Amino acid sequence: MERQKITIDGNEAAAYISYHVSEVVAIYPITPSSGMGEMSDEWAAKGKKNIWDTVPHVAELQSEGGASGAVHGALQSGSLTTTFTASQGLLLMIPNMFKIAGELTSTVFHVSARSIAASALSIFGDHSDVMAARQTGFGLLASGSVQEVMDLALITHKSTLESRIPFVHFFDGFRSSHEVQKIEQLTKEDIRAMIDDKYVAEHKKRALTPDNPFIRGTAQNPDVYFQGRETVNKFYNECPEIVQNAMNEFAKLTGRQYNLFDYYGAPDAKRVIIIMGSGAEAVEETVEYMAERMEEKVGVLKIRLYRPFSVDHFLKALPKTVEKIAVLDRTKEPGSAGEPVYLDVVTAISENMTSDEPMFSKMPKIIGGRYGLSSKEFTPAMVKAVYDELKKDKPKNHFTIGINDDVTFTSLDFDPNFQVEGNDVTRCLFYGLGADGTVGANKNSIKIIGEETENYAQGYFVYDSKKSGSTTVSHLRFGKKPIHSTYLIETANFIGCHQFNLLEKFDVLERIVDGGTFLLNSPFSKDEVWDKLPRKYQEVIINKKLNFYVIDGITVAKNTGMGARINTIMQTCFFAISGILPKDEAIEQIKKAIKKTYGAKGEEIVRKNYEAVDQTLENLHKIDIPEKASSTLELPPIVSDNAPDYVKNVLAKMMEGKGDNVSVSQMPIDGTFPSATTQWEKRNIALEIPAWDPEVCIQCNKCTLVCPHAAIRVKVYDEALTANAPESFKWTKAKGKEFEENSVYTIQVAAEDCTGCELCFEVCPAKNKKEVRLKALNMVEQIPIREMERANYDFFLNLPEFDRTKVNMGTVKGCQLLQPLFEYSGACSGCGETPYVKLVSQLFGDRTIVANATGCSSIYGGNLPTTPWAVNKDGRGPAWSNSLFEDNAEFGFGMRLSIDKQAEYAREILVKLKDKIGVEITESILTNAQSNEADIYEQREKVAELKEKLEKLDSNEAKILLTIADYLVKKSVWIMGGDGWAYDIGYGGLDHVIASGKNVNILVMDTEVYSNTGGQCSKATGMGAVAKFAASGKPTPKKDLGMMAMNYGNVYVAKIAMGANDAQTIKAFLEAEAYDGPSLIIAYSHCIAHGINMAKGMDSQKLAVDSGHWPLFRFNPDNLKEGKNPLKLDSKAPKIKLKDYIYTETRYKMLTKSNPEAAAKLLNFAQAEVYKNWKLYEQMAAFDYSGNGNQEVEEKTEE
Amino acid sequence: MDLSTTYMGLKLKNPIVPSASPLTQNIDSVKALEDAGAAAVVCHSLFEEQITHESGELDHYLSYGTESYAEATTYFPEPEDFKLGPVEYLDHIADLKKTVDIPVIGSLNGVSNGGWVKYAKNIQDAGADALELNVYYIPTNANLTGTEIENMYIDTLKAVKENVSIPVAIKLSPFFTSMSNMARKLDKAGADALVLFNRFYQPDFDLEKLEVVPNLVLSTNWELRLPLRWISILYSNIKASMALTSGVHSHIDVIKSMMAGADVAMMASELLVNGTGRVADILKDTEKWMEENEYASIQMMKGSMSQKSVEEPAAFERANYMKTLHSYKTLI
Repeated sequence: MERQKITIDGNEAAAYISYHVSEVVAIYPITPSSGMGEMSDEWAAKGKKNIWDTVPHVAELQSEGGASGAVHGALQSGSLTTTFTASQGLLLMIPNMFKIAGELTSTVFHVSARSIAASALSIFGDHSDVMAARQTGFGLLASGSVQEVMDLALITHKSTLESRIPFVHFFDGFRSSHEVQKIEQLTKEDIRAMIDDKYVAEHKKRALTPDNPFIRGTAQNPDVYFQGRETVNKFYNECPEIVQNAMNEFAKLTGRQYNLFDYYGAPDAKRVIIIMGSGAEAVEETVEYMAERMEEKVGVLKIRLYRPFSVDHFLKALPKTVEKIAVLDRTKEPGSAGEPVYLDVVTAISENMTSDEPMFSKMPKIIGGRYGLSSKEFTPAMVKAVYDELKKDKPKNHFTIGINDDVTFTSLDFDPNFQVEGNDVTRCLFYGLGADGTVGANKNSIKIIGEETENYAQGYFVYDSKKSGSTTVSHLRFGKKPIHSTYLIETANFIGCHQFNLLEKFDVLERIVDGGTFLLNSPFSKDEVWDKLPRKYQEVIINKKLNFYVIDGITVAKNTGMGARINTIMQTCFFAISGILPKDEAIEQIKKAIKKTYGAKGEEIVRKNYEAVDQTLENLHKIDIPEKASSTLELPPIVSDNAPDYVKNVLAKMMEGKGDNVSVSQMPIDGTFPSATTQWEKRNIALEIPAWDPEVCIQCNKCTLVCPHAAIRVKVYDEALTANAPESFKWTKAKGKEFEENSVYTIQVAAEDCTGCELCFEVCPAKNKKEVRLKALNMVEQIPIREMERANYDFFLNLPEFDRTKVNMGTVKGCQLLQPLFEYSGACSGCGETPYVKLVSQLFGDRTIVANATGCSSIYGGNLPTTPWAVNKDGRGPAWSNSLFEDNAEFGFGMRLSIDKQAEYAREILVKLKDKIGVEITESILTNAQSNEADIYEQREKVAELKEKLEKLDSNEAKILLTIADYLVKKSVWIMGGDGWAYDIGYGGLDHVIASGKNVNILVMDTEVYSNTGGQCSKATGMGAVAKFAASGKPTPKKDLGMMAMNYGNVYVAKIAMGANDAQTIKAFLEAEAYDGPSLIIAYSHCIAHGINMAKGMDSQKLAVDSGHWPLFRFNPDNLKEGKNPLKLDSKAPKIKLKDYIYTETRYKMLTKSNPEAAAKLLNFAQAEVYKNWKLYEQMAAFDYSGNGNQEVEEKTEE
Repeated sequence: MDLSTTYMGLKLKNPIVPSASPLTQNIDSVKALEDAGAAAVVCHSLFEEQITHESGELDHYLSYGTESYAEATTYFPEPEDFKLGPVEYLDHIADLKKTVDIPVIGSLNGVSNGGWVKYAKNIQDAGADALELNVYYIPTNANLTGTEIENMYIDTLKAVKENVSIPVAIKLSPFFTSMSNMARKLDKAGADALVLFNRFYQPDFDLEKLEVVPNLVLSTNWELRLPLRWISILYSNIKASMALTSGVHSHIDVIKSMMAGADVAMMASELLVNGTGRVADILKDTEKWMEENEYASIQMMKGSMSQKSVEEPAAFERANYMKTLHSYKTLI
């Protein structure tokens, strides 16, 4: 049977199989597995059927714990059920995995294996998660390539049904889950042929049903539990053979033979590496090279079935000649005798060698090593180093490979110049920006080459850690043979640089081969471009005799209506130059791909792309290379010379894309990093930045309030300080009675940190009366004024901050004089969350500790290389940490408990030492209410004085108090996160914490989707909105978290939207912090996942409020003490129709285009919901609390 | 009483045709209009912008921010198909045809004879009985001559006519240097009807925000005068049918339209304010008026007060001082 060749990634390969053999799919987003759930949901929404001709039910749960519970329930009720997860998600499933395995229930969990958060979170791939689940009783089956993912997924589903052992089928996160490869697609008939309905029927027969009742899941006692656990042994004993049979059957069907352990290499090899997952591909490639080119007798044993571990099959697969074995583990188990696979191998071989029938004449030498944690590169050079190590008489055991461990010296050296790839593989690298469509174009190119030519094709995409202005590097390989290179391209035949300014940021040509081809998108003409190149590039081009092509892609894009997207243009250039396909055929294929990609979105977009293709070739030029380099342009340093050493020596390497060179000794031992490092990473990503016109400005400070990146700031200071100001620095007289006579006012833009989002420009209310298109802020090109504004900003930063004790914090104008202690984060340009975070940092930052739920805010708040939480001149600033996704409320709660305890203890000692320290100061410290900045200032002064006195006391108590005296100054605990955390996975904890009565402040930045993982539906998603996991539109209303919290009565609750009412936003933050109990602020946060013009994000917020979708209110339990209603509505009754808000956003509008009937129905429901909710709020706010009802109740009780 | 009329070849039971408005966007309200007696209906317009921009907009927002960050390479699910403006519109026409028996006139609104012209054919294929081409252009470009602008209209009409076999009306603005000449050119280019006149949304100023804001003002019956004049002038000078639109609010306005020479009177504002039932009222009042004034049919009054039929044709040619001149003439 002819099977289709397709180019897909590993996630799609796994989802394709599991969807076809499942009836129920329970999902929850977690990187890098989310794609599997997303595809399953989309397919179900489109009515795609499984092999039994029915559409599976796909359901999202509130957490992975929930998903595994739902899987357990669905399995117990007879449905064939699957789920997908990774990392912490798999850990949350472990309790249910024990149950499912204990009950011998057939299921497959597909896991894109990922690091576990330890001293730091990482979204990238290794086996830490799978290894943490290896004790559950689940079978573990590993795939190492995209083809294997599809094949072994099917084999696993077959095996679980026949063996009754549940399985985790895993493959490496990102390297396999996101790598795009050309593979042979199994047909529905193949899948049908592999699944025997006899076992399906048996599975269903074991289901719970009242028609044949029994109970399962009893509680047992010491008498029988043990015996019960031993009943499963024979199933585990039989399982390997069942899996092998499934593999054999699969081989008959497809010709691809897999074995539980696949050996590759010399049959008489003496040195063997044992490994599983994608790393095995690189080892195989190296073994082939070493055998052919170096005549080395080496081999690799690939583990497919890791659990149940069949010692028998394992031993049979190893060549009898083996003398030395290196076992490679992609995980770390600190404190163990060795990593898991190593221990299994040692056990298996030792058991055999001490048995009556030893397999080897001499016990092989076995060493173990760790590699590839968090997708660390694992290259043939590293493989070779391991084989070389095995050659030694005393090879290093418990080694590491791929890093420089200069602390405990575990690492093996390797020669980075050792490479195995030959000329039969075309290797291409493309440097681009996320925004320019480079990755999308390359994905299309792979499809064209993979599906329209005989070539095999592979694509892997590396993104930087920023959400705005991020750079992407695409790694593409093509060749006549299957591609096993599971590592980044080391030397490239073709390098495309799609953004001219990236030449300064990276060593773009570092990996080009002699005679290679360099394609540059240049804003300069073919005659000018050479002189605009930095000298280093000119030299490489000349020395390596490169073929150098340029195109002004931006102009072509502009002329063809493509905006900033140069994807199609650069793709056309690539095909035109590379000659992979004849030119005309390439053009035809590109156009076919365009039609396929954009067809659903209308003909116009297809037409524009066609036009871009047609205009490209005439604008593509080959440059004649001069004989000598002439440029005087040198590459700028990565960070300023003024940066601290740690930034210069370590963080700068990461910024430059050379973080692999950071040694172990350069890393902190416990995940602790210095604050305030984003200031050193000048990204210069804005094309346009705001320029301030002091004459028009009304000094309202709204611009600085809404700035997501703290890149526009205001200061009021003494005019005398302008004496040494740069010539272009601007100021004007400060308006307002609160300022001193000689005060002047400056709004200054951080030109190099601004992302050009335009929120400030949009929100600016001051218009130039002579020309109304101009405002007090106007967007201007960044490059021409970059240098000038850099000097201005430096001068501005050195001006003194306004005295906090004199600021009127309750106003926009006042609070924006406070220094932001959250700056230049990597959040999306125009982010709707960060203005709130920044506001917290301004109002309370110098005494704040932040517990941050995993999600967008933990990424822009804590992703290396640089972090945005900053410090003030006194060295104070927010202390920040992230625990997990699900436990953030509890994490912050723990902080509160700790701080309260420390403060209490400090007060207790203080009282004891009263006589020695002085009564007056003690009383002052103990009685200071610290209810305003002046009080806090005074308290700090007193505590400083106290510490001085303590230094002089020689008592144990004084020493202890010295360490905790700072807790006598009020600390503010802020628990922050998104709606995925607060409404879904962390809701249980959040509920418990707000019920505790403890003084914590919870900020929920509600984007109404899981933004960080790509916009999956949460319970905060509005009815009718399209989101991933809700491809047909969310059918149920948004959960009213505020109402639920108000129900407790003693929780301060506020619902805010800065764009609708900034004054209310500020009041809410101040009241929440002042409230001596739990506070919950739910903040509308416009988001890139809404499909809106982010520059108009504040307008979206206003529409949300005006429509009644997002009523503004504050519920302050303190009002009760005065007999007042605690609830105050801060917005008016709905004044526009819901549709006039929601249909300005793609997330809602797209349903009217994909399913108009459903959209109309959901709109009606949602509109009714808005009116109903408003009525309820109105009634609650109107309730009369006077007359002291509590007293009446008490009196009656007494009677 | 015979209220029937013929408009670009379509036999209509009376001359009242609701023009493009939100009412004709909704199947239920079109059904209500039919029940109230409307003789035909002009669908809301399929805008050129809708065709050209909607697809670009959707692509932009669905792809914005994608492939930038490893955890979120996309932000939306990708449905297999979108019903974009044109498809939605064509479905609407087809649904209308299934729901009502009166003729359904499609409406294409645009300015160039680009790719969107092919949608004329699609509208025909969806079942429309005729097509109204609503061409508008605000010539802000000082380099464009009047002739060039006029040719733009002619070319667009020709391009559409080449694509369809159903009758095509063209809706015009009154801002032509020589309306008679323009009408004749369009007549020659094959227009089956002229719809006079288009009302543009005139921008307004918001003095608080210092912004230019769109401002939809419903028509008043005072606005009837302009089309009344030009239909009177054009009547019998061109082959094409004529529809009077703008300012039709009562049976008197309908009757005036007919007397000027229009084949149908189109209305929207009146129906938006007072409901679809107004069609029935106006029809009843028209019949009553005709009975009282002894008109047996619409045909009888059609063009009876056009320029060629009135006592003083010059009344249509003077812009000012009409009364003074008239008085002077009377005196002599």
